[in-house]
Amino acid sequence: MRQPRKRHLIEAQIPALRRFAYALARDGALADDLVQDCLERALSRWHLLRTGPELRAWLFRVLRNLHIDALRARGRRGAVTLDEAPEPAHPGGAESALELAEVLRALWTLPLDQREAILLIGVEDFSYEDAARILDVPVGTLMSRLARGRAALRAATGRETGGRPNLRRVK
Amino acid sequence: MTRDAAMTEDELQRYIDGRLDPARAEAVRRALADNPALAAEIEGQIADRDALRNALARRAAEPVPERLRLPPPATGGMARMAAAAAIFAVGIGLGWGLGRDWGAEHPLPSGIRVAQDETALAQEARVAHAVYAVEVVHPVEVRAEEREHLMAWLSKRLGRKLAAPDLSAHGFELVGGRLLPAGAGPAAQLMYEDASGLRATIYITAMPGDESAFRYSRSAEGVSSLAWLDEGYGCAISAPLDRAQLWPLAEATYEALAL
Repeated sequence: MRQPRKRHLIEAQIPALRRFAYALARDGALADDLVQDCLERALSRWHLLRTGPELRAWLFRVLRNLHIDALRARGRRGAVTLDEAPEPAHPGGAESALELAEVLRALWTLPLDQREAILLIGVEDFSYEDAARILDVPVGTLMSRLARGRAALRAATGRETGGRPNLRRVK
Repeated sequence: MTRDAAMTEDELQRYIDGRLDPARAEAVRRALADNPALAAEIEGQIADRDALRNALARRAAEPVPERLRLPPPATGGMARMAAAAAIFAVGIGLGWGLGRDWGAEHPLPSGIRVAQDETALAQEARVAHAVYAVEVVHPVEVRAEEREHLMAWLSKRLGRKLAAPDLSAHGFELVGGRLLPAGAGPAAQLMYEDASGLRATIYITAMPGDESAFRYSRSAEGVSSLAWLDEGYGCAISAPLDRAQLWPLAEATYEALAL
């Protein structure tokens, strides 16, 4: 029962891994490359992986590190530095600039360490402890990145406060 | 920005994430009421978080491209794994009628009628969970997009005003709901899903009895439920989570459904 469970657990994470990778890499194709590398890493360590909640954190940690490796590699080729990767063009299709939410653009103006914290906590719902482990920092560091990141995101969006216009809050 | 001395930056983050215990959350709410500028900032940050989740939801909802599927089981071992996985899946769907999930941990207490009702309730709820949570194409009859219609319909059939509990603070969004036959009449099932695709279901049906404590039980397949009675209705929330993880969902549901 353990093995199919492990496979199932990993497969269940693929959509979230794609989402996290996209929000980090700002580009769908690049993001899927990262996810593919991440899954290959998981397959290569299959028998070492423990099933359970920590498997999800492990996958995200691998993905996050692969993203940093990719940025560094591009940096070495003189293309970009860690935080100055230009926003890729969005050549039409489903990712037309028009459809791209303002909040996502604002997120992409933030330093990477704040982006990571915001995504792991606010979108991927990791505990503060797990997110800190994924990022390999103390919880206090994570919390301050989160606080600074959210304040910066707020400044960047500068939208009116209030909920989503098309969604009624159901009490 | 001035701040309540007792309110730390970490607490504000926990507040934004809905991860404060109710007493501290209330304290933060009070402190924010005295500080409109900070309150607006925090409300804005909560809106940003929700907007970001929404903006990225489409990405996770897309079908996974072929190249990101795990390779098909190739070796004998892998083939056996796949077969076991299939059996496992069928087990989730069908293994319930046998009642073997209801073991010595929760013997049916003869003479304690309320507990018996809750036992039956939890079991019904988990059967319903097991049957529909694995559904890819038709997990619900009415989707969350038609929430108003859904809740009006279920309220009418159950004879009780029902609102779908908001579990988004716990990472679960409403997928939709359906009407089911229960032991003695109709039951409503509301299905929620988190970012990883994990599903939780709330099951509600009319059931005589006074208010009761939450009763926890878990099936052999790992689906946990917390069931309780409240003013003539039985409620249960079921998910493949452990007790500690399920508890906050049950509390939020209880609060939202309490009249």
